[in-house]
Amino acid sequence: MHWEAYHCVESIEEALQLLDEYAGASRVIAGGTDLVIQLKNHQRRVKALVSLSSIKALRYIEQDGETIRIGALSTHNELAKSDLLMEKAKALSLAARAVGSPQIRNIGTVGGNIVNAQPAADTAIALLALGAKAKIVSSTGERVEVLENLFKGIGESSVNPAKEIVTEFIFPAFFRSAFQRLALRKAFTLPIINVAVALLIDQKNICREARIAIGPVSTVPFRAKKAEAILNNEIISEKKLVLAAAEAMREINPRDSLLRGSAMYRRAMVKVLLERALRDAVVVK
Amino acid sequence: MEKLELTVNGYHYQVQVEPDETLLDMLREQLKLTGTKSGCNKGECGACTVIMNGMAVNSCLVPALQARHAEILTIEGLSKGEELHPIQEAFLASGAVQCGYCTPGMILSVKALLDNNPKPTVAEIQEGISGNLCRCTGYEQIVQAVQSLAGKKV
Repeated sequence: MHWEAYHCVESIEEALQLLDEYAGASRVIAGGTDLVIQLKNHQRRVKALVSLSSIKALRYIEQDGETIRIGALSTHNELAKSDLLMEKAKALSLAARAVGSPQIRNIGTVGGNIVNAQPAADTAIALLALGAKAKIVSSTGERVEVLENLFKGIGESSVNPAKEIVTEFIFPAFFRSAFQRLALRKAFTLPIINVAVALLIDQKNICREARIAIGPVSTVPFRAKKAEAILNNEIISEKKLVLAAAEAMREINPRDSLLRGSAMYRRAMVKVLLERALRDAVVVK
Repeated sequence: MEKLELTVNGYHYQVQVEPDETLLDMLREQLKLTGTKSGCNKGECGACTVIMNGMAVNSCLVPALQARHAEILTIEGLSKGEELHPIQEAFLASGAVQCGYCTPGMILSVKALLDNNPKPTVAEIQEGISGNLCRCTGYEQIVQAVQSLAGKKV
């Protein structure tokens, strides 16, 4: 027996009440494309699962002024199909398309991808670059966290799925963004390297804000802040983009991996992918 | 055990399931719909693919209780008795079946693809079946089978 009870709830309140009743012995399940495997393999143990999949109120992708809001139960397929994201958050749109297979994208959710906290999670890399915040509720209240603060280690997030629920991701609509990924095959495979960039460029072609996220080069999705500093408050030029990509290559510290290639190779590929992503982001809009 | 009501291939069912039973196990062991195959059991091979509420899913990853009131289509729901479904006909005509283990899942992924996109490009076909592994055909004949269905009613 992998779990003793499975509850499908229709509202957040109902979910929080159940989680409280189980007092730590239950946990939230969204799409389950990672969690079900972890439970089958006894990598995690739980007495009961509280399924959020029927909560329709947590499935939306919308623009609210200068902000984009995404319900955490939105599936990767819903993100991939969204014209709004393709136009205003291209990095996230492309990242969602890169996740898993059609079957996985049909049920796997963006909230699950974040809480599962894998350093290579495509949507995590994109949302980190886009400066996203997560809204998290529990029976004792609500908190809003910048994405950086959610990642604690490989497979470990600061969201406690025994009592908390991620309800929403919020990020600005004004970035020009892009996403690049290198993998062994074109489809259904984990990335060797994935990068996302988000740039705010003013009318004088000056970069007012640059955000660069890279995975999997650390135990958590990585922000390349030194590379960002090279672009911040500078006029955007091909030379600057190349310099920033080279800086990112120096500030990351990837491991040699039998699965993903040598550190040297992956470092070199970060530069290539980042140059492509930065060029792509500059021409967006 | 918990009560589960759902529709499979147009028939309404009421079954008793364990809380941790997967949709795949329920279909195979309780409804004896063994056309849906169990392969890797971790969402990688696609042999267990069924269509749930219009979307292809890995039934090995879906808790059966998650399918409450859902509409499920399995390979058994495609043919009408001895009369094969056009996708099945196309697979036979193109030699897209060898050992056959991937075929039910593959055909349901193709059905989900064509329902949304009746004239897919080769790239779109490849993407549509990217969650289904076939170790015999090299995929070429499968892609040809799908191409031969372009624009036809499936």
